[in-house]
Amino acid sequence: MHPVLTLVIQRLALGLLLLFAASILIFVGTEILPGDVAQAVLGQTATEQALANMRAQMGLDQPAVVRYFQWLGGALQGDFGVALSNGRDIADSISRRLGNTMFLASVAAVVAVPLAIFLGLLAVRYRDRWPDRLISGITLTSISLPEFLLGYIIMFVFSVQLGWFPSVSNINAGMSLGQKLNAVALPAMVLTLVVLAHMMRMTRAAILNVMQSAYIETAELKGLRRFNVIARHAMPNSIAPIVNVVMLNLAYLVVGVVVIEVVFVYPGMGQYLVDHVTKRDVPVVQACGLIFASVYIGLNLVADIVSILSNPRLRHPK
Amino acid sequence: MNDEFRYHLARAARGRLGRRAFLGRAAALGVSGAMANTLLASAVRAQGPQRGGDLVMGLQGGESTNSLDPALALSQVPFCYLRTTGDTLVNITPDGQIEPRLAEEIEASDDAKTWRFKIRSGVEFHNGKTLTAEDCAQTLRRHSDEDSQSGALGIMRDISDIRVDGDTLVLETETANADLPYLLADYHLVIQPDGGFDDPTSGIFTGPYKWVEDEPGVRHVMEKFENHWDDSVGHFNSVEMLVINDATARNSALQSGQVQMINRVEPRVADLLSRAPGVTIQSTAGRGHYVFIMHCNTAPFDNADLRMALKLAIDREDMLDKILRGYGSLGNDMPINEAYPLFDESIEQRRYDPDEARFYYERSGHDEPIVLRTSDVAFPGAVDAAQLFQESASRAGIPIEIVREPGDGYWSEVWNVEPFSASYWSGRPVQDQMYSTAYTSNADWNDTRFFNDQFDDLITEARGELDMDRRKTLYREAGLMVRDEGGLICPMFNDFIDAHNDQVAGWESNPNGDMMNGFAAVHMWSTA
Repeated sequence: MHPVLTLVIQRLALGLLLLFAASILIFVGTEILPGDVAQAVLGQTATEQALANMRAQMGLDQPAVVRYFQWLGGALQGDFGVALSNGRDIADSISRRLGNTMFLASVAAVVAVPLAIFLGLLAVRYRDRWPDRLISGITLTSISLPEFLLGYIIMFVFSVQLGWFPSVSNINAGMSLGQKLNAVALPAMVLTLVVLAHMMRMTRAAILNVMQSAYIETAELKGLRRFNVIARHAMPNSIAPIVNVVMLNLAYLVVGVVVIEVVFVYPGMGQYLVDHVTKRDVPVVQACGLIFASVYIGLNLVADIVSILSNPRLRHPK
Repeated sequence: MNDEFRYHLARAARGRLGRRAFLGRAAALGVSGAMANTLLASAVRAQGPQRGGDLVMGLQGGESTNSLDPALALSQVPFCYLRTTGDTLVNITPDGQIEPRLAEEIEASDDAKTWRFKIRSGVEFHNGKTLTAEDCAQTLRRHSDEDSQSGALGIMRDISDIRVDGDTLVLETETANADLPYLLADYHLVIQPDGGFDDPTSGIFTGPYKWVEDEPGVRHVMEKFENHWDDSVGHFNSVEMLVINDATARNSALQSGQVQMINRVEPRVADLLSRAPGVTIQSTAGRGHYVFIMHCNTAPFDNADLRMALKLAIDREDMLDKILRGYGSLGNDMPINEAYPLFDESIEQRRYDPDEARFYYERSGHDEPIVLRTSDVAFPGAVDAAQLFQESASRAGIPIEIVREPGDGYWSEVWNVEPFSASYWSGRPVQDQMYSTAYTSNADWNDTRFFNDQFDDLITEARGELDMDRRKTLYREAGLMVRDEGGLICPMFNDFIDAHNDQVAGWESNPNGDMMNGFAAVHMWSTA
């Protein structure tokens, strides 16, 4: 078998193993919380009899191992059970929320990733001159501000003062793509500003690293234009660290934007999770945890595979 | 005010002249903008409700865990949507009277133990079914059941028998209770078909709006229910409630015109927000109060002189000014204020008196620092308030040591556990309910550990008393007892601060709750 294929399969298997381990951690984590689901549901009104009844009804009287595999089996088939707090089907609620989160994350990513890489290349091209300083200055400023403050500033300027975009980014199924894009314009803008600096700086650093190599000098001596040297010759060799940081930021866009969701009233996963944590709604917390873990592991897996594939020594073994 | 101005005013009120154009003409005629705005608002109100338009509200207090089951409602958004889509047997008017709703006539036996509610005929549920007295009885039965986990369980506990007599609902209580109708105005008790036993979350009620879309924690959409029995309410074509828990986001949404109303405006921004074009701040004196509570049975607070010293050592005016920016009223160390029916306004206001406080403190013989526990979640500004208290007490020679507790777990680990802490009480519709929830010996949450047989007797007697003058006297005595002997230090009552823009009219403040006691969408109308 081709060694790259072996490596990729190894990575995939490792990813699955990791996901499995994460699911155990999530389950054990919620298990060792004081009290159980039945107590959480019954609260102050709990009596011994009522607790016993509810435990039997929910299958909580069975050993933890059995319950874990039941839960995992259900989750694999997309059945997460029902929320304790309002009796709604978790998979159903999550699919809508997750869809919204993915939509916002993709809009932000589509703008942020190419922009960050382009700005990174530009910063290398004009290294230590004013375009480099300007790009670094602006992106570092925007990453240094807390997200919510950035959100309020952008909201004040573009919504309250100029009235271009809505400050409430509520999207629902009845809206057209254009309306949805208009609604998420402001949160996407803030998220772009938040993730831009990290990816841009990494692109810049990674490329500067290979710019010292002899083959770059060769390319320059051939008389290639400087931007071409950077984009065609330097960039492919620094793709691995760039992809890594891009994937980390994409993962952040999916799992870490609860503050932005609150500020712009966006119906995504973050707020959904926080609400249910407050109510000790364990099945929902488990489901969200599993989904977040899969997103994180999945994206890192992609980064790993891309780094492997981008390495010519692995692609063309002697 | 000349004829020309009156002419423009009338045209503006009918919507034939834009607001800006009207203000321009008013200014040309020498009428100030503020004056013209006020006159326009009252002229619009005088026009009476207009049918049509769509209302969008931005509300704090919604979570993705919210349910359509009225029994489980707790926060502001479910409160508002239940008021908007449902009907209760009675309502409480802003001036504290009982207004018959689904119950047409109310009759009490002489001993105030048997109550008969004649149920209105011709009322239709959103699913087309006709309302019967049995539906009402079943609703009350469901909320009386321990298993329903209803938020109204506490107020249903007094009712010993629920039965139906033709078109009349009959309720019996264990002890005489002259306030029973007030309790039935609770927002959990909206009437459902068969009491919601078969499907508590169906969202089928009898209110002026019916459900279109329900996304908990995100938005709730309702439309006008054409067959509603009362055509004097429900003027909008549709009502949309957006859950906006972030205060700044709510303000922005109102300023940018995405929503027409918001609730829970923060006192520190209320003045700034009122300067935004077209925005009106509605501040309503309510019954919620910020408190510091001492356990009367725990040392050192079992010493009446020490309690009195602390009560005299708090500067209420200063606190009202700094914590609530004046959006509230002074507390008087009792949980009752003028927003309650049967409040006696002649009770003397207690004031900050460092000398008197020092006298009582020295007489108490106590000289250790007094530990006060506080947290940001106790009430907005509770940590600052504790520091103000510390400062004013130190001027009377009383040392207070502040311990700041984490917000998570404050209500289970600190409040009602530690002997001296900051806390909050939202009001209750009537005095009896407030006292029997937190001050009688058998109260569920006696958080000041106030055990006084004489007080308990007063409350029980007042509960069954149908002679209102006598009742008022009894409540005065009970209030004074808490004020002078109890463990409650109440520096202030907070106002509800809501805001709306000029596309809606018909606001009427209601001390029973914010957003016109939840009825904003029901009573207001569109001017756009």
